[in-house]
Amino acid sequence: MKLIKFLLIIFLYFFSFALFADEKNTALENKIFKNLRCIICQGQSIYDSQSDFAESMKLVVKQKLDLGMSEQDIYNFLKDQYGEWILYDPEFNTKTYFLWSIPILIFLLGGAIILRKLAVLKK
Amino acid sequence: MKNKYFLIIIGSFFFFCFIVFFKGLKNPSIYIPELQKEKSFPEFKAKDFYSDKKISSVDIFNDNNFYLINIWSSWCIPCRLEHNYLIKLKKQNLIKLVGINYKDNFENAKKFLDELENPYSKIIKDKNGTISIELGAYGVPETFIIDKRKKIIKKITGPINEKIYNEILLIIK
Repeated sequence: MKLIKFLLIIFLYFFSFALFADEKNTALENKIFKNLRCIICQGQSIYDSQSDFAESMKLVVKQKLDLGMSEQDIYNFLKDQYGEWILYDPEFNTKTYFLWSIPILIFLLGGAIILRKLAVLKK
Repeated sequence: MKNKYFLIIIGSFFFFCFIVFFKGLKNPSIYIPELQKEKSFPEFKAKDFYSDKKISSVDIFNDNNFYLINIWSSWCIPCRLEHNYLIKLKKQNLIKLVGINYKDNFENAKKFLDELENPYSKIIKDKNGTISIELGAYGVPETFIIDKRKKIIKKITGPINEKIYNEILLIIK
Protein backbone atom coordinates (compact mmCIF):
# COMPACT_ATOMS: atom_id res chain seq x y z
CA MET A 1 0.00 0.00 0.00
CA LYS A 2 2.81 2.35 0.92
CA LEU A 3 4.46 1.62 -2.39
CA ILE A 4 1.28 2.46 -4.31
CA LYS A 5 0.98 5.74 -2.44
CA PHE A 6 4.59 6.52 -3.12
CA LEU A 7 4.22 5.74 -6.83
CA LEU A 8 1.05 7.79 -6.99
CA ILE A 9 2.82 10.78 -5.48
CA ILE A 10 5.72 10.41 -7.90
CA PHE A 11 3.26 10.12 -10.80
CA LEU A 12 1.29 13.20 -9.74
CA TYR A 13 4.50 15.11 -9.18
CA PHE A 14 5.67 14.55 -12.74
CA PHE A 15 2.18 14.91 -14.17
CA SER A 16 1.92 18.37 -12.63
CA PHE A 17 4.86 19.49 -14.77
CA ALA A 18 2.98 18.53 -17.91
CA LEU A 19 0.34 21.09 -17.01
CA PHE A 20 2.86 23.89 -17.33
CA ALA A 21 4.72 22.42 -20.27
CA ASP A 22 3.27 24.83 -22.81
CA GLU A 23 3.48 27.90 -20.60
CA LYS A 24 5.46 30.06 -22.99
CA ASN A 25 4.75 33.46 -21.49
CA THR A 26 6.52 35.16 -18.64
CA ALA A 27 4.73 35.87 -15.38
CA LEU A 28 4.49 39.58 -16.18
CA GLU A 29 3.02 38.87 -19.61
CA ASN A 30 0.41 36.59 -18.12
CA LYS A 31 -0.43 39.18 -15.49
CA ILE A 32 -1.05 41.78 -18.18
CA PHE A 33 -3.02 39.34 -20.37
CA LYS A 34 -5.29 38.53 -17.46
CA ASN A 35 -6.06 42.17 -16.88
CA LEU A 36 -7.05 42.93 -20.48
CA ARG A 37 -10.56 42.30 -21.70
CA CYS A 38 -11.14 40.67 -25.06
CA ILE A 39 -13.45 42.79 -27.21
CA ILE A 40 -14.54 39.95 -29.48
CA CYS A 41 -15.55 37.48 -26.78
CA GLN A 42 -16.64 39.97 -24.18
CA GLY A 43 -16.38 38.71 -20.65
CA GLN A 44 -13.14 36.84 -21.22
CA SER A 45 -9.66 38.15 -20.70
CA ILE A 46 -7.27 37.93 -23.63
CA TYR A 47 -5.38 35.34 -21.56
CA ASP A 48 -8.39 33.01 -21.73
CA SER A 49 -9.46 33.89 -25.23
CA GLN A 50 -8.12 32.48 -28.45
CA SER A 51 -9.91 34.86 -30.78
CA ASP A 52 -7.90 36.55 -33.52
CA PHE A 53 -8.17 39.83 -31.69
CA ALA A 54 -6.84 38.37 -28.43
CA GLU A 55 -3.94 36.65 -30.17
CA SER A 56 -2.93 39.90 -31.87
CA MET A 57 -3.32 41.80 -28.64
CA LYS A 58 -0.94 39.38 -26.92
CA LEU A 59 1.62 40.01 -29.66
CA VAL A 60 1.26 43.76 -29.25
CA VAL A 61 1.77 43.48 -25.47
CA LYS A 62 4.92 41.41 -26.02
CA GLN A 63 6.23 43.91 -28.57
CA LYS A 64 5.61 46.81 -26.20
CA LEU A 65 7.40 45.01 -23.37
CA ASP A 66 10.34 44.38 -25.69
CA LEU A 67 10.39 48.10 -26.47
CA GLY A 68 10.86 48.73 -22.76
CA MET A 69 7.37 49.92 -21.89
CA SER A 70 6.20 49.24 -18.36
CA GLU A 71 2.99 47.46 -17.41
CA GLN A 72 1.33 50.79 -16.63
CA ASP A 73 2.49 52.30 -19.94
CA ILE A 74 0.82 49.44 -21.79
CA TYR A 75 -2.43 49.89 -19.86
CA ASN A 76 -2.38 53.61 -20.59
CA PHE A 77 -1.73 53.02 -24.27
CA LEU A 78 -4.57 50.52 -24.62
CA LYS A 79 -6.90 52.63 -22.51
CA ASP A 80 -6.26 55.45 -24.94
CA GLN A 81 -7.14 53.22 -27.87
CA TYR A 82 -10.09 51.25 -26.53
CA GLY A 83 -11.27 53.12 -23.45
CA GLU A 84 -11.27 52.22 -19.76
CA TRP A 85 -13.40 49.18 -20.57
CA ILE A 86 -10.42 47.20 -21.85
CA LEU A 87 -9.00 46.96 -18.31
CA TYR A 88 -10.37 44.42 -15.88
CA ASP A 89 -9.13 46.48 -12.98
CA PRO A 90 -10.99 49.76 -13.36
CA GLU A 91 -9.41 52.89 -11.98
CA PHE A 92 -10.97 55.01 -9.25
CA ASN A 93 -12.67 57.99 -10.88
CA THR A 94 -16.02 59.73 -11.00
CA LYS A 95 -17.53 56.91 -13.06
CA THR A 96 -16.32 54.08 -10.86
CA TYR A 97 -16.44 55.47 -7.32
CA PHE A 98 -19.79 53.80 -6.74
CA LEU A 99 -18.44 50.46 -7.90
CA TRP A 100 -15.44 50.71 -5.60
CA SER A 101 -17.29 52.03 -2.58
CA ILE A 102 -20.18 49.52 -2.58
CA PRO A 103 -18.21 46.62 -1.00
CA ILE A 104 -16.92 48.92 1.74
CA LEU A 105 -20.40 50.29 2.39
CA ILE A 106 -21.90 46.80 2.55
CA PHE A 107 -19.10 45.71 4.87
CA LEU A 108 -19.73 48.66 7.18
CA LEU A 109 -23.47 48.12 7.09
CA GLY A 110 -23.09 44.41 7.87
CA GLY A 111 -20.68 45.22 10.70
CA ALA A 112 -23.12 47.75 12.13
CA ILE A 113 -25.97 45.22 12.07
CA ILE A 114 -23.83 42.59 13.82
CA LEU A 115 -22.68 45.08 16.45
CA ARG A 116 -26.25 46.12 17.15
CA LYS A 117 -27.38 42.52 17.45
CA LEU A 118 -24.52 41.85 19.86
CA ALA A 119 -25.41 44.91 21.92
CA VAL A 120 -29.02 43.71 22.13
CA LEU A 121 -27.90 40.23 23.18
CA LYS A 122 -25.65 41.62 25.91
CA LYS A 123 -28.57 43.49 27.42
CA MET B 1 -42.66 48.30 15.31
CA LYS B 2 -38.92 48.35 14.86
CA ASN B 3 -39.12 45.11 12.96
CA LYS B 4 -41.66 46.60 10.60
CA TYR B 5 -39.36 49.48 9.66
CA PHE B 6 -36.56 47.04 9.16
CA LEU B 7 -38.68 44.99 6.78
CA ILE B 8 -39.74 48.06 4.84
CA ILE B 9 -36.13 49.20 4.44
CA ILE B 10 -34.93 45.76 3.36
CA GLY B 11 -37.92 45.39 1.02
CA SER B 12 -37.35 48.74 -0.64
CA PHE B 13 -33.62 47.98 -0.98
CA PHE B 14 -34.38 44.76 -2.85
CA PHE B 15 -36.99 46.53 -4.94
CA PHE B 16 -34.43 49.20 -5.84
CA CYS B 17 -31.89 46.51 -6.82
CA PHE B 18 -34.54 44.74 -8.89
CA ILE B 19 -35.36 47.93 -10.80
CA VAL B 20 -31.68 48.71 -11.44
CA PHE B 21 -30.94 45.22 -12.77
CA PHE B 22 -34.19 45.02 -14.71
CA LYS B 23 -33.38 48.29 -16.46
CA GLY B 24 -29.84 47.02 -17.02
CA LEU B 25 -31.18 43.98 -18.86
CA LYS B 26 -32.40 46.21 -21.63
CA ASN B 27 -29.06 47.92 -22.19
CA PRO B 28 -26.93 46.41 -24.92
CA SER B 29 -24.16 44.43 -23.29
CA ILE B 30 -21.77 44.56 -26.22
CA TYR B 31 -19.13 47.21 -25.92
CA ILE B 32 -17.90 48.96 -29.04
CA PRO B 33 -14.90 51.21 -28.55
CA GLU B 34 -15.75 54.65 -29.90
CA LEU B 35 -13.37 57.42 -30.77
CA GLN B 36 -13.71 59.76 -27.80
CA LYS B 37 -11.29 62.44 -28.91
CA GLU B 38 -9.03 63.25 -31.83
CA LYS B 39 -5.96 61.11 -31.77
CA SER B 40 -2.56 61.46 -33.34
CA PHE B 41 -1.84 58.91 -35.95
CA PRO B 42 0.58 56.27 -34.65
CA GLU B 43 3.80 55.59 -36.51
CA PHE B 44 4.44 52.05 -37.64
CA LYS B 45 6.31 49.98 -40.16
CA ALA B 46 4.54 47.53 -42.43
CA LYS B 47 5.03 45.48 -45.55
CA ASP B 48 3.71 46.69 -48.87
CA PHE B 49 0.97 44.45 -50.24
CA TYR B 50 2.38 43.97 -53.73
CA SER B 51 6.13 44.39 -53.35
CA ASP B 52 6.48 42.97 -49.82
CA LYS B 53 8.95 45.77 -49.09
CA LYS B 54 8.98 47.34 -45.61
CA ILE B 55 7.60 50.85 -45.56
CA SER B 56 7.06 53.37 -42.81
CA SER B 57 3.72 55.00 -42.15
CA VAL B 58 5.44 58.39 -42.42
CA ASP B 59 6.14 57.70 -46.11
CA ILE B 60 2.59 56.61 -46.82
CA PHE B 61 0.85 59.57 -45.22
CA ASN B 62 3.17 62.29 -46.49
CA ASP B 63 0.79 64.35 -48.65
CA ASN B 64 -1.25 67.25 -47.45
CA ASN B 65 -4.41 65.29 -47.98
CA PHE B 66 -7.31 63.62 -46.25
CA TYR B 67 -6.71 59.93 -45.82
CA LEU B 68 -9.10 57.05 -45.32
CA ILE B 69 -7.66 53.93 -43.78
CA ASN B 70 -9.74 50.86 -44.38
CA ILE B 71 -9.04 47.55 -42.67
CA TRP B 72 -10.30 44.79 -44.92
CA SER B 73 -9.89 41.16 -45.72
CA SER B 74 -10.98 38.85 -48.53
CA TRP B 75 -12.68 36.50 -46.07
CA CYS B 76 -14.77 39.31 -44.60
CA ILE B 77 -18.28 39.41 -46.04
CA PRO B 78 -19.23 42.94 -44.84
CA CYS B 79 -16.07 44.20 -46.63
CA ARG B 80 -17.68 43.20 -49.92
CA LEU B 81 -20.77 45.19 -49.01
CA GLU B 82 -18.87 48.40 -48.35
CA HIS B 83 -16.52 48.08 -51.32
CA ASN B 84 -18.77 50.05 -53.67
CA TYR B 85 -18.69 53.03 -51.34
CA LEU B 86 -14.90 52.93 -51.26
CA ILE B 87 -14.79 53.00 -55.05
CA LYS B 88 -17.26 55.89 -55.10
CA LEU B 89 -15.06 57.77 -52.60
CA LYS B 90 -11.98 57.16 -54.71
CA LYS B 91 -13.74 58.62 -57.75
CA GLN B 92 -14.43 61.83 -55.82
CA ASN B 93 -10.65 62.45 -55.82
CA LEU B 94 -10.87 64.28 -52.49
CA ILE B 95 -9.42 61.65 -50.24
CA LYS B 96 -6.65 59.07 -50.53
CA LEU B 97 -7.54 55.53 -49.61
CA VAL B 98 -5.08 53.29 -47.82
CA GLY B 99 -5.97 49.67 -47.27
CA ILE B 100 -4.77 47.47 -44.46
CA ASN B 101 -5.09 43.85 -45.47
CA TYR B 102 -5.93 42.08 -42.22
CA LYS B 103 -4.79 38.48 -41.61
CA ASP B 104 -5.28 37.46 -45.20
CA ASN B 105 -3.87 35.18 -47.82
CA PHE B 106 -2.20 37.12 -50.65
CA GLU B 107 -3.79 35.12 -53.50
CA ASN B 108 -7.31 35.48 -52.09
CA ALA B 109 -6.83 39.16 -51.40
CA LYS B 110 -5.57 39.78 -54.94
CA LYS B 111 -8.53 37.90 -56.39
CA PHE B 112 -10.86 40.02 -54.24
CA LEU B 113 -9.36 43.23 -55.67
CA ASP B 114 -9.30 41.96 -59.26
CA GLU B 115 -12.93 41.04 -58.99
CA LEU B 116 -14.24 44.16 -57.24
CA GLU B 117 -11.68 46.81 -58.39
CA ASN B 118 -8.93 48.24 -56.27
CA PRO B 119 -9.93 51.55 -54.64
CA TYR B 120 -6.72 51.96 -52.63
CA SER B 121 -3.73 54.07 -53.56
CA LYS B 122 -1.63 51.98 -51.20
CA ILE B 123 -2.17 48.69 -49.43
CA ILE B 124 -0.16 47.36 -46.53
CA LYS B 125 -0.21 43.93 -44.99
CA ASP B 126 -1.16 43.23 -41.43
CA LYS B 127 -0.42 39.56 -41.24
CA ASN B 128 -0.59 39.20 -37.46
CA GLY B 129 -3.10 41.94 -36.70
CA THR B 130 -0.75 44.11 -34.64
CA ILE B 131 -1.02 47.22 -36.81
CA SER B 132 -4.80 47.21 -36.46
CA ILE B 133 -4.42 47.12 -32.70
CA GLU B 134 -1.94 50.01 -32.75
CA LEU B 135 -4.66 51.94 -34.54
CA GLY B 136 -7.30 50.94 -32.02
CA ALA B 137 -9.30 48.62 -34.25
CA TYR B 138 -10.68 45.27 -33.25
CA GLY B 139 -11.89 43.61 -36.38
CA VAL B 140 -12.81 43.95 -40.02
CA PRO B 141 -14.08 46.08 -41.59
CA GLU B 142 -13.05 49.19 -39.75
CA THR B 143 -12.37 52.60 -41.22
CA PHE B 144 -10.49 55.66 -39.99
CA ILE B 145 -10.53 59.18 -41.41
CA ILE B 146 -7.34 61.17 -41.01
CA ASP B 147 -7.31 64.90 -41.61
CA LYS B 148 -4.57 67.11 -42.99
CA ARG B 149 -3.00 67.58 -39.55
CA LYS B 150 -2.55 63.79 -39.45
CA LYS B 151 -5.11 63.31 -36.69
CA ILE B 152 -7.65 60.53 -36.59
CA ILE B 153 -10.94 62.41 -36.61
CA LYS B 154 -13.42 59.63 -37.29
CA LYS B 155 -13.61 55.94 -36.70
CA ILE B 156 -16.18 53.68 -38.31
CA THR B 157 -16.72 50.22 -36.87
CA GLY B 158 -18.36 47.89 -39.34
CA PRO B 159 -19.15 48.41 -43.02
CA ILE B 160 -19.67 51.82 -44.60
CA ASN B 161 -23.27 52.46 -45.59
CA GLU B 162 -25.07 55.28 -47.40
CA LYS B 163 -25.37 57.39 -44.24
CA ILE B 164 -21.72 57.02 -43.30
CA TYR B 165 -20.68 57.64 -46.90
CA ASN B 166 -22.49 60.97 -46.85
CA GLU B 167 -20.94 61.85 -43.50
CA ILE B 168 -17.48 61.20 -44.91
CA LEU B 169 -18.26 63.40 -47.93
CA LEU B 170 -19.33 66.20 -45.59
CA ILE B 171 -16.05 65.96 -43.69
CA ILE B 172 -13.77 66.03 -46.72
CA LYS B 173 -15.58 68.61 -48.82
